[in-house]
Amino acid sequence: MKILVVTEHRQGKWNNTSFETLVAAQQIAAATSGTVSAVVIGKGVASLADELAARDAAEILLVEHDLLDTYTPDGYAFALKQVVEAAKPDLVLFPHTYQVRDFAPKLAAMLGKGMVGDCIGFRNEGGRVVFVRQMFQGKTAADVTFTGTAPWFASFQSGAFRADLLAPHPSGKAPVKAAKVELKAQDIRTKPLELFKEAKSAVDLTQAPLIVAIGRGIKAPENIAQAEALAKAIGGELAASRPICDEGWLPMERQIGSSGQTVAPKLYLALGISGAIQHVVGMKGSRTVVAVNKDQNAPIFEVADYGVVADIFEIMPALTEELQKAR
Amino acid sequence: MNIIVCIKQVPAKDAPLVIAGNWIKESDIGFEMNEPDSYALEEALRLKEKHGGEVIALSLGPERVKQTIKEALAKGADRGIHVSDGNFAQLDPLGSAKVLAAAISREKCDLVLTGLQSDDHGFGQTGVLLAGLLNLPHATIIMQIDVQDGKMKLKRELEAGWFQWIECPLPAVLSIQSGINKVRYATLKGIMAAKKKEIATVTKDSLGVIIEPTQKIEKIYVPMKTKKTEFLTGTPKEVAAKLVEKLKFEARVI
Repeated sequence: MKILVVTEHRQGKWNNTSFETLVAAQQIAAATSGTVSAVVIGKGVASLADELAARDAAEILLVEHDLLDTYTPDGYAFALKQVVEAAKPDLVLFPHTYQVRDFAPKLAAMLGKGMVGDCIGFRNEGGRVVFVRQMFQGKTAADVTFTGTAPWFASFQSGAFRADLLAPHPSGKAPVKAAKVELKAQDIRTKPLELFKEAKSAVDLTQAPLIVAIGRGIKAPENIAQAEALAKAIGGELAASRPICDEGWLPMERQIGSSGQTVAPKLYLALGISGAIQHVVGMKGSRTVVAVNKDQNAPIFEVADYGVVADIFEIMPALTEELQKAR
Repeated sequence: MNIIVCIKQVPAKDAPLVIAGNWIKESDIGFEMNEPDSYALEEALRLKEKHGGEVIALSLGPERVKQTIKEALAKGADRGIHVSDGNFAQLDPLGSAKVLAAAISREKCDLVLTGLQSDDHGFGQTGVLLAGLLNLPHATIIMQIDVQDGKMKLKRELEAGWFQWIECPLPAVLSIQSGINKVRYATLKGIMAAKKKEIATVTKDSLGVIIEPTQKIEKIYVPMKTKKTEFLTGTPKEVAAKLVEKLKFEARVI
């Protein structure tokens, strides 16, 4: 299988999921006696292509154009369409980032294809590659195969493969080839303006050793005080899954997950959090995970070291009391 | 400003899922409006209140999705389009996008809105595929829409707390980020008014769309656990005591 990996960078820095996706590509190539090429796209990104060439890839395709200086979905889709048409890969892989979500389905649609997005792994069944992704917010997994003719498009979720398994190039350096693309200014219909961060967050959850996180199970804003008391008793920070911040019950800066902060504390205590994948990617690196949820099938238990199947409103006060006693 | 909102109906959040092949058993469970789509609907209603025009709720699926269209009408959408397809759950993302695109292209609209993703399949592609099929500009993960002089200034969410302003012409397709607004409830007046609003039904087949599946969900299953979870049982007090002991002496994290 001929595989093309589209890498991602912003402001000169790699998105690390690119390397994880390269590892996935190498593993699929190994299973299907295939080859892996990597695409570096942008303007003035030759040094990134050069850096990537030290990794194990058959070749690096360098796609540069003045109109690719900053990311636009039209620019990327139109440019990569030409790259895919010229390189004729069987499989095009992407890291599953916000940027990829933004352009890759359009690229696929322009070529009359769909995409298997947000995969967490693959299996090789006698040369047939089965992609595994999640459905129902992580409550089920799904085996997905491609039908019809190549090229096929898929993306791998952050953390699905280990970037440190990315082998160096066996003979030192992969060839870097410039891939010419034609773009016209009128092709690009959206205009990117400034990048910015909201008011600097007062709390840096990434530095917190102990985190007490709440999810939908907290039910109402007036119940948050109970979780706060527990956080105080354990000496930790309070955090939440996205829906709680969407509701405005806690500020966005306390949100854990793909659109919030990624944390790896010593202890992560998840209260009434179902464990949708967008949340789990933000906390699965935690050393010890405790999950309390009344639904024994909640996906959060898949990443939990200790689980309690119970009503959080019974556990929170009891645990607060025990912690105060243990001091 | 005429806006089409694509709304999916999905199994209710707390519905017990019984797996059946590559989908779930649909009998005995409730369905509801896909939560991310409710933010897109709300945004459409707010844009209409500001700039005028009409909001059309478009939903693809079996007969039951009419209930979700009615909910959208009760909240303030002007009319509904139901593209009926009893076998909707078996469509791949491109297939559903092609059907929706065909229904959209029959209307005159300035803006197409979708939610970020569905809570069941979770493909998260519909809006972007629609843009590709309809050859429209698009933007995703949108947290703010300002319409001025026939174009939009959009606040797009990036990862790790970053945002970006972008300018986008009309017509366009936008995928709305959850949390962009506070979703309204239907009022009694709205529910009464909805009864007089029109829901046009078109069959998927009458749209004449050629669908060639590009992917197939072979089966779904309960995922394998990656960690061995030790479950603690007993009264809340017993559980709390056990947990503190484990965290202190076994995990040694407190």
